[in-house]
Amino acid sequence: MRYRFELIVSLKEGLLDPQGKAVQEALPTLGWDNVPEVRVGKHIELLVESESRIQARSQVEEMARRFLSNPVIEDFVILVADTVPSAEGAG
Amino acid sequence: MKPRVAVVTFPGSNDDRDALRAIELMGGDPVPAWHGDRDLQEADAVILPGGFAYGDYLRTGAIARFAPVMAAVRDYAEEGRPVLGVCNGFQILCEVGLLPGALIRNRGLSFICRWIHVRTEGPSDASPNFSGGEVLQVPIKHGEGQFVASQEEMARIEEQGLVAMRYCAPDGSIDERFNPNGSAHNIAGLRNPMGNVLGMMPHPEHAVDPDLGPTGGHAVFDWFLSGARDRIHA
Repeated sequence: MRYRFELIVSLKEGLLDPQGKAVQEALPTLGWDNVPEVRVGKHIELLVESESRIQARSQVEEMARRFLSNPVIEDFVILVADTVPSAEGAG
Repeated sequence: MKPRVAVVTFPGSNDDRDALRAIELMGGDPVPAWHGDRDLQEADAVILPGGFAYGDYLRTGAIARFAPVMAAVRDYAEEGRPVLGVCNGFQILCEVGLLPGALIRNRGLSFICRWIHVRTEGPSDASPNFSGGEVLQVPIKHGEGQFVASQEEMARIEEQGLVAMRYCAPDGSIDERFNPNGSAHNIAGLRNPMGNVLGMMPHPEHAVDPDLGPTGGHAVFDWFLSGARDRIHA
């Protein structure tokens, strides 16, 4: 089976996020002055071929820990998992 | 005998040629190496140059750390041979875990390209060859050079004397106003506890030729090449 996952990678709480800060400071110039905080992160979609959902999920977790995020500066969340039958291809 | 220094070219490296030239000017024997190489041609030391390896995709250095050549670089680091990572090379050394912390987007978001001053730290037990208190004029050119580490990690870095250089005023005083990118504790360069691995954001290879400007890079290459010479005699 193929399993679809979404991964959100964001800078650790407490670390200055220069991109988020720039966006946050731009909002009042467009009239939105009630947004005290913006964090900008990464959204990664993954399609994993695996025998089970549990196996696929633990692989995603390991990939996130060892490669897709840097534990020194980033946290990650594995968001959704949905199943795609192999016959349908990558669609 | 001149020490042999390998300079690794990754796809996206752009300071490799300047690094090779700097080694030549400073009295070493430069050897070009390739990211796909498994060995470093019996070089005495290795440089990971600046640039944008693998387009900086995912994170700076994140993909380069898995290049085949990195196993050899790790061996060099563990054997005590000199390893110098400049700019993108520093980012790679942090990603691969040979140096602590990480480098993120500059405070202020701008790509910064200009001459700055750093003050060297030491000597410490870790690296007796790197003399401290020198003020070097060297250029920086990076978008992601803000050094960060957790509070506990920062305490360990300071306690073990791992800071190799800090951004400073022209007179050598450490001042937040002369911190170009927001780096924690003004950190511009770090060494490992053994003292043979040095990572730095400024570019010593662009500061060695007196015909082209300041020569703050000399102190770095003197340290680096003397370590490489020690390997020949060892």
